[in-house]
Amino acid sequence: MDELWPSKPTEGFAGVALPVAGLDRLIPMHLHVSASGQILGIGATLAKIVGGARMPTASSESGQHFFDLFEVRRPSGVTEMVHVRCHEGKRLHVALRGGGAEFRGLAVADAFGGMVMNLSFGIGVADAVQAHALTDADFAATDLTVELLYLVEVKRAVMDELQRLNLRLQGAKSKAEEQALTDTLTGLRNRRALDLGLAQAVLSAQPFALMHLDLDRFKQVNDSWGHAAGDKVLQVVARLLSGETRSGDLVARVGGDEFVILMPGMADPSRLRAVATRIIAALARPISVEATMCQIGGSIGLTVSTHYETPAPEVMLRDADLALYAAKHAGRGQVVVFSKDLAMGEGTSADGPAF
Amino acid sequence: MLGLINRALEDFLKRRHGSAVWQRVVLRAQLPFDSFEPLLSYDPALTETVIRAACVELGRPRESILEDLGTTLVSHHDRDGLRRLLRFGGVTFRDFLHSLEELPNRARLALPDLHLPTIVLEDRGGGQFTIRALPPFAGAGFILIGLLRAMADDYGALVLLDMMPSEREEDVISVLLLDEAHSEGRKFDLALRAS
Repeated sequence: MDELWPSKPTEGFAGVALPVAGLDRLIPMHLHVSASGQILGIGATLAKIVGGARMPTASSESGQHFFDLFEVRRPSGVTEMVHVRCHEGKRLHVALRGGGAEFRGLAVADAFGGMVMNLSFGIGVADAVQAHALTDADFAATDLTVELLYLVEVKRAVMDELQRLNLRLQGAKSKAEEQALTDTLTGLRNRRALDLGLAQAVLSAQPFALMHLDLDRFKQVNDSWGHAAGDKVLQVVARLLSGETRSGDLVARVGGDEFVILMPGMADPSRLRAVATRIIAALARPISVEATMCQIGGSIGLTVSTHYETPAPEVMLRDADLALYAAKHAGRGQVVVFSKDLAMGEGTSADGPAF
Repeated sequence: MLGLINRALEDFLKRRHGSAVWQRVVLRAQLPFDSFEPLLSYDPALTETVIRAACVELGRPRESILEDLGTTLVSHHDRDGLRRLLRFGGVTFRDFLHSLEELPNRARLALPDLHLPTIVLEDRGGGQFTIRALPPFAGAGFILIGLLRAMADDYGALVLLDMMPSEREEDVISVLLLDEAHSEGRKFDLALRAS
């Protein structure tokens, strides 16, 4: 058939004549299509993928028609060989009819009015290699597909490892938070640090004092100026408490606006009262937060270890709390030192206004 | 240096000898932690410290520990990743040997901070090869020997491997490839099923 196997190249056509096997080695996913659309040749790798495509052999009259086996999805309207010619040298999106494989393609004219088309998998290459059980030998020696597959696998391995690292870091972070001794808002010690400090104080057999401080009118700050202002006030209070205590004292924030101060080596009620009074005086000064002045105050209940035969942390905390309750009951801005009367519920023994 | 190699050693010791042995190595090496993160960086000197501690704890010479480590890296079936990545190097064991020179670049493609020493392969003909590399720490060449032995099995090739006297501080490994298709070897599909 003249049309299928023209013997004369198009006039003025200078090109390269290649044996089919050579073309196959260079471009194992090529198609050679006649001007009428019949498949004259197909690369070994592409043949493997197409599977059932009938090839022109000496015995077969003609190959299958390109558009019977493939469809050109993009650009649209490419349904005949003349259309393919119009898109010579441009990227085509080609799919196997009946599904199973999609390719990007590039077609150029041969010397006889037909086209040579090269196909590749594009980004779906890993799935295609898997689906068609392709091997290294199915790709040209210059093809970077195998390197791409290597990279896909490397990326997956590294991502998996990073994910594991993130999980471990997350675990370590929550563990660290659990073990933290600092109140993140104020930088003071937290409840856990207080418990540890108290246990140590009890073991040390040295006298110590425990102050329980509760802010007055703090709720109003939060309600009127918002939580951001409330947080700022707490930070100012924290600085103030640190300033009014010794470096060996432990100042802990144990609740929203509640603080406990552990003072090792300190058991003299009059000195303690003086310290507490100073703190309350300082708290009574208005605190400026941005454009507003916040007026708060504080009440303190305190107890000393020498009150007890064997001081126990939980008992002392409770007693300091009882004293604080009494202080609040007696009016704001008070200091109350715990006594047995308080424990028996015999009213308050407030020492009167502290300032 | 990335913790990858330290972690490989850690995993190897734990798997082969148990967590208790690893804990003793940690104590002996005075590590401030008890596990390496493969993708975090560590002081290169730590690798030497850990290897030394492992030698004492196991009462084994470093050469044999490191060679075992190299073998385990690719032959352990739970961890198919490295074996597969190495198999991308070539279709036959001979191809694979030739791909060793690309290994540092391939490693850098995976992790830019992973610096493997330059590997030079000399094909002396008749199935004889010489591999030269500057070891990042003493005995590192034995990891490569262990790894090559396991990869030969993987390809189904029969090889003889020997550590030669070092030259200019470089490890020199001699490879004698006796039979490229000695056994079936393990299967290698180019694309892994997405899991």
